[in-house]
Amino acid sequence: MSHASAHAAEAVDVHQEAHAHHHPAALGIPNQKLGTWLFIASESMFFAALITTYMVFRYRSVVGPHPDEVVNIPLTTVSTFILLMSSLTMALGVSAAHRGETRQVGKFLALTILGGLGFLGIQFYEWWHLAVDYGLTWRTNIFGSIFFILTGFHKAHVIFGMLWLAVIAISSFRGTLRKEHAVNVDVAGLYWHFVDVVWIVIFTLVFLLTEAGV
Amino acid sequence: MATTVERSFWQALPKPQSQTGLWSWITTVDHKRIGILYFWTSIVFFLIGGVEALLIRLQLAGPNLSVIGPDLFNQLFTMHATTMIFLAIMPLTAAFFNYFIPLLIGARDVAFPKLNAFSYWMFLTGGIFLNSSWFLGGASDAGWFGYPNYSLKEFNPGLGVDFWLIGLLLAGMGTLVSGFNFIVTILNMRAPGMSLMRMPMFAWTTLVTSFLIVFSFPVITVALLLSLFDRIFGTLLFDVFAGSDLTLYHHLFWVFGHPEVYIIVLPAMGIVSEILPVFSRKPLFGYSVMVFSTMLIGFVGFAVWSHHLFTVGMGPVVNTVFALATMVIAVPTGIKMFNWIGTLYGGRIKFTAAMMYALGFLALFLIGGLSGVMLSAAPSNTQIHHTYFVVGHFHYVMIGGALFSLIAAIHYWGPKMFGRMLDERLGKLGFWTLFIGFNMTFFPMHIMGVMGMPRRIYTYDAGMGLEIWNAISTVGALIMGLSIMITLYNLLTSLRRGERAPADPWDGRTLEWTLPSPVPEYNFAATPQVSARDELWIRKHPHLAAGAPPKAEDRPDETIVLPGGTYMPLLVSLGLFVAGYGLLYSLPVFWGGIAVALLALAGWGLEGDNERIIRLGGKR
Repeated sequence: MSHASAHAAEAVDVHQEAHAHHHPAALGIPNQKLGTWLFIASESMFFAALITTYMVFRYRSVVGPHPDEVVNIPLTTVSTFILLMSSLTMALGVSAAHRGETRQVGKFLALTILGGLGFLGIQFYEWWHLAVDYGLTWRTNIFGSIFFILTGFHKAHVIFGMLWLAVIAISSFRGTLRKEHAVNVDVAGLYWHFVDVVWIVIFTLVFLLTEAGV
Repeated sequence: MATTVERSFWQALPKPQSQTGLWSWITTVDHKRIGILYFWTSIVFFLIGGVEALLIRLQLAGPNLSVIGPDLFNQLFTMHATTMIFLAIMPLTAAFFNYFIPLLIGARDVAFPKLNAFSYWMFLTGGIFLNSSWFLGGASDAGWFGYPNYSLKEFNPGLGVDFWLIGLLLAGMGTLVSGFNFIVTILNMRAPGMSLMRMPMFAWTTLVTSFLIVFSFPVITVALLLSLFDRIFGTLLFDVFAGSDLTLYHHLFWVFGHPEVYIIVLPAMGIVSEILPVFSRKPLFGYSVMVFSTMLIGFVGFAVWSHHLFTVGMGPVVNTVFALATMVIAVPTGIKMFNWIGTLYGGRIKFTAAMMYALGFLALFLIGGLSGVMLSAAPSNTQIHHTYFVVGHFHYVMIGGALFSLIAAIHYWGPKMFGRMLDERLGKLGFWTLFIGFNMTFFPMHIMGVMGMPRRIYTYDAGMGLEIWNAISTVGALIMGLSIMITLYNLLTSLRRGERAPADPWDGRTLEWTLPSPVPEYNFAATPQVSARDELWIRKHPHLAAGAPPKAEDRPDETIVLPGGTYMPLLVSLGLFVAGYGLLYSLPVFWGGIAVALLALAGWGLEGDNERIIRLGGKR
C-alpha cells in the first residue's frame, strides 16, 4: 500500500551458492519435508487402490495358478529382511547428514542402494521363477495380472528411490553436499522408509495371508 | 554478468537469463506468470469444449437429425466432458490459485516455484496429447468415466481410448503436484500475523481443494493405469470372461470422481466468498462457520461416491448409507448459502458485473444443489438415472456454480492480473445473455429427463413430446455461445484499450489490493504484517480494529531473492509427453522420452537455483 516509490527496482545476477532460501515456515516444518509427507499421503492412496484391487481380484481367476499354489514364503522373507535392513542404513545416512559428516552420507546411501539391489535381485528371480516354473505371467489369469502390476509398481518405486539416493550419494562423494542440505537427505529417507512400509503391507496381505489360508 | 564458476555436466544448458520475450515465459517460475499461462491456456481449451457442446446441441436440435451422426456424437460427449472438467474449469481455478494465493496470504511466491512450472507444462502437454487424438484416428468415445467394457481393446479397437488414458495421466500428474504445492504454500508461507483463521476464504477453499486432489487423484491414476495395462499389455483386469468384476472400476473411478465435483465447486465457493463482502461493503457473515463447513464438505465428500452406482445393485443397506451421506452434504452447503445471504443482508450492494455473476452463482447453484438432493434419494434415483435430469443437475453445478463464479473472478481479479479495467457494460450484457441462455439450455433438461429421455444417445424419435424442449435447449446453447463471445471480446479489447486499473479499484478488503496493478514480480516490497481478517479494510478504517490498532508500517526489505528461470520442468514434461506417444507407436521412443525426463529431473535437482537478487531503490 505504502511503498510505491520502492518499486523502482534493479536486478542483479548472483552466484547460485550465495543464498539459501530462508522462507518463514509458518508450521515450523521445512517446505520440502511437508511436501514429501503430502507426497507420501498421496502414494498411500495409490497403493491402497492397487492393494484393494489385488484383494478383490486375487481368487477370481477362472484358470490357475491361484495365489496359494505359488507363494514362496522363505525367499520373500529373505528379500523383506534385506529391504528392512536398507532402512537401517538409510537412517544412519540421515543421521550422518544431520551431524554434518557429509562424506559418510554417501557410504551409507551406497549401502542402502546395495540393499535395494539385493531386494530387487531376489524379487526379479521370483518373477522369473513364477513365469518359468508355474507358467504365471500377467496374461495368464486375473491373479497374475494384478500380482505383477502391484509388485511391479512397488519395484518401480524402489528403483526410483535408488536413483534418487544415487544422485545424493554422488554429490556426497564429490563434496558438494553440505550440512544445510541435510533436509534433502531427510526427505529421500522418508520416501525410502515409505517404500519399505508399503512392502510390509504387501508382504503381509499378498504372501503371509495367503500362506495362512485366509 | 556471467561468472566463471566450474561448470558441471548439469550446467551444460545455459541458465535462462532473459526477463522478457517468449523464452522468459517458457522458463518462468513466477507464480503470476504461470497463473496467466494457465488462464489463457484454459480459455483456449474452454472454447474447444464449447464448440464440442454446440455440435452436440445441434445434433439434438430436432428429432432424427444426422448433423454429426452417432460415432462423432459419442466422441464429442466424451471429449466435451473431459475437456471442460480437466482442461478448462480446473485449470482456470488453478490460474486464480496461482496468481492470487501468494498475494492473499502475503507471500513472495509459492513454496515450490519449479514444481509449479512443472504442473503447468504437464497440464498443457496432457491437454495437447488428449486433443491430438482428433487428428490421429479419432478421440475416445468411452465417456469421461471410461468404463470398461466400453474402454476395452476388444470393443474399442482404435487408439482414442489410449490417448484419453495417457493424456489424463499426464495432466493428472500436474494437478497432483500442484495439490502438494498449494498445501505447503498455504500452511507454510503465510505472512507474519496471517493466522489460519485470518486467511481469506479463497485460501481456505484452495487448501481443502488441494487436500481433495492429493487424496483422490492417486485413485483415478490407478483406475487409468489398470485400463491402460489391459489395452496395451493384454492384462486381464477388466476381462469379465477371466473372472473380473467391473464394479471395481466404477468404485475406483468415483472414489476420485465425486471429490472431483468438490475440487471444482469449492474454489468457486471461495471466489464468491471474496466477491460478496467487497460489493456488499460488509465482512463475510459467519467466517468461522464458513471455514468449518468447507472442511465438512471436503471430508464427507469422500464418503458419498457410491451414489453414482445406485442402479448397479449394491443392495438396500449400501444404497441407504450413501443416500444419507449424500443428503448430509446439503447441510454444510445450506449453511454456506445462508451465510452468503447473511453477507448481503443490510449491505450497501454495488451491482458490478462481478457481483452480478456472483449473485447468479447463488441462484443457480441453489437449483443445482436442490436437484442434487433429489438425486440422492436412491429410490427415485433409479427412475431418473442416466436421463437428461442428471445432465441438467450437474450443469447447474458446473456452469451455474463453477463457471459463473470463474467469470465473476475474471471481472473482479482481471484488473489486478492485467492492469486494465474490464468494460462494465459489456460485462453486464455478458451476464444477462449467459443467465438467460444457460437457463434455456439446461432447465428443460430436467423435464426431458423426467419424461425419460436417456443421456448419451445421439437422437430421439418424434412424437414423444421431446421436440420443443430440445429446440429450446439448443437455442439457449447458441445464446450461451454468444455470451461467451461477448465476454471474450470484452476481455481482449479491455486489455488493449481499457481504463488503467488502480491498485484498489473495488475498495477491496484483502492484501492483493495493496499492490499495484499489475503486480510487480516480487509481489510485496515489504513483507506485510497482518493484524486482522480483512487486513486492508482495517488499515483503511483503523477504528474498526477489534484489538490492538494495526501495525504502523511494513518495513521494505532491502534485497529480495527471487528464484530464476529454468528449462528443467519443461524438459521433464516434454520427455513424458514424447514417452506417451512412444507407448502407442514405438517402444524405443517411449524409453527415449523416459530417459529425457529422468535426466532433466536429475538436472533439476543439481542445476542450482539461478537466483536473482532485486535491490529496491526505496528508502531505508
